[in-house]
Amino acid sequence: MQQTLAVDEAPPFKPRRRIGRPAFGTLLFLLYIFLLAPLLIVFVIAFESNQYLSFPPQGFTLKWFEMLPSESIFVDGMKVTLVVAASVTVIVLAIGVPAALALDRYEFKGKGALHAFFLSPLLVPSIVLALGLVLILTPLGLTNTYEGIIIGHVAITFPFVVRTTLMSLTTADTSCEAAARILGAGAWTVFRRITLPLIRSGVIAGGIIAFIVSFDEAVISLFVAGSGLPTLPVQIFQYVSNSADAAVAALSVVLILISLGVVVVVERVMGLRKAL
Amino acid sequence: MTAPTETQQLMSVRAGVLPGALEKAKAARDRRTYLLLLLPAILGLFATFLLPLGYMVKMSFDRGAPDGVIESAFTLDSYVRALSDPYYWQVIWNTFQMGIIVGVLCVLVSYPIALFLVRTRSRFRGLLMAVAVAPLLTSAIVRTYGWMVILGSNGLVNSSLHSMGLIDAPLKLTNNMTGVEIGLVEIFMPYAILTMVSGFGRLSSQLEEAAGSLGANGFQVFARITLPLSLPGVLASFLMVFVLTISTFVTPTLLGGGTVQVLATEIYDQTTGVLNWPFAAALSVILLALFGAIIAVYQRLTRKIGG
Repeated sequence: MQQTLAVDEAPPFKPRRRIGRPAFGTLLFLLYIFLLAPLLIVFVIAFESNQYLSFPPQGFTLKWFEMLPSESIFVDGMKVTLVVAASVTVIVLAIGVPAALALDRYEFKGKGALHAFFLSPLLVPSIVLALGLVLILTPLGLTNTYEGIIIGHVAITFPFVVRTTLMSLTTADTSCEAAARILGAGAWTVFRRITLPLIRSGVIAGGIIAFIVSFDEAVISLFVAGSGLPTLPVQIFQYVSNSADAAVAALSVVLILISLGVVVVVERVMGLRKAL
Repeated sequence: MTAPTETQQLMSVRAGVLPGALEKAKAARDRRTYLLLLLPAILGLFATFLLPLGYMVKMSFDRGAPDGVIESAFTLDSYVRALSDPYYWQVIWNTFQMGIIVGVLCVLVSYPIALFLVRTRSRFRGLLMAVAVAPLLTSAIVRTYGWMVILGSNGLVNSSLHSMGLIDAPLKLTNNMTGVEIGLVEIFMPYAILTMVSGFGRLSSQLEEAAGSLGANGFQVFARITLPLSLPGVLASFLMVFVLTISTFVTPTLLGGGTVQVLATEIYDQTTGVLNWPFAAALSVILLALFGAIIAVYQRLTRKIGG
């Protein structure tokens, strides 16, 4: 899942044939519509007054959004999700940033293997990890607990923090660190005053992605705590499996807007493509 | 890597003042520092990642009964059952077939967008790139729900076709494999686009212009130059979508409405419904093996493209 090629440097292509261009443009437009269709439709239903979808839309309403704060399952789910995502973010930043620092700034045997190990959770299907977690958390009595879900989300979010932090570290100018050390600053001071500000964008992007991955995660949460402590995505999953009404659409809009806000922030901080 | 040069600078500065013993002390201190920095991460991943997976592999060799009783053993019973029962063969085949179909379709619909994003000099390029990738950061459940609304029997597609008088009875687009595949194609498009955009680095405008000036028409340029040069990216993208598809759980469950049996849904049923954990573990190991084999091919391929 490496996306590191310098396509930006490639010289832009000149249009060759005039005839093909409108057709290609139309094709692109249709493909983009297809790509965005489910998100667009969710927006339409969320503001549609008729409970069941009909075209053209019957009328505009905010009543589905007004219902949300009184739906206890959604409010409870949101609370679980936020507590988990915040805890997971703090934990993976605390273990991921030092690990990335060690990988970048020190030479030691087995560094390549360790790097691969740190990114390897991305290469395991979450349903497989979810089963492994159930098997190990059940005898410990940690299923359907906050601790259980948080443990479950650490591995899948950790690689993003390592990757974005490493990216900032390799591009950061190290001469300031050397200068600070020569001037007598201790290791911790150098890190806090020099290195951390230099790699801030990578750390922030990693933290945000870790948060959103945990925030949207459904499979591990479903396996580990689906019956007793459902997160918001699990609530939506269970709700949608039974009935799909407009209240879910309103809730989905809230989630999409949160995610889009995050997209904008990550794009500003370090560029979305590099971070993913 | 800038670290070595920095260290060298530091050493040359200190070399005049410091005798060798202090150098050695510094190396020891460095060693302690990086071990300390790495330890929390290694322990954390061990506990939350390696241990669960290892325990799962171990349990796949235990003996399980449908009522949740697990007998510690070393037996291949679960694997034999998974690979000899026609039902589970069908499940494995369904999974594989779904991966192929979704992979092919997803590559087909993503290719024009990727090609456009690599070539365009429009000032909207950044925006269009972000729009193509942004759905990645929205929940797959939300997007699956969107597809349920679009494809359902009273959904957008069926009600539009009906009001246009094109169909009498609604088309069956949900609660079957067709719906799952349509949804998955869209859900994995951003991955396919990203992989292709990265893999299209070898495309060059000069080659295409040269072909054009030598008299090739638009189709010939595409077939003889553009397509062959973009094939590694296309293949990488197909493999990526294939592995994502065979391991996905949410969309087959929701859009399949209980009628689509693939490895992921079967693992869930065995884990939470039937409570035969050793069997669920064996199915997971099979899925993991399939996944790992394809990922290995994918990584060799992307390394080749990169180098």
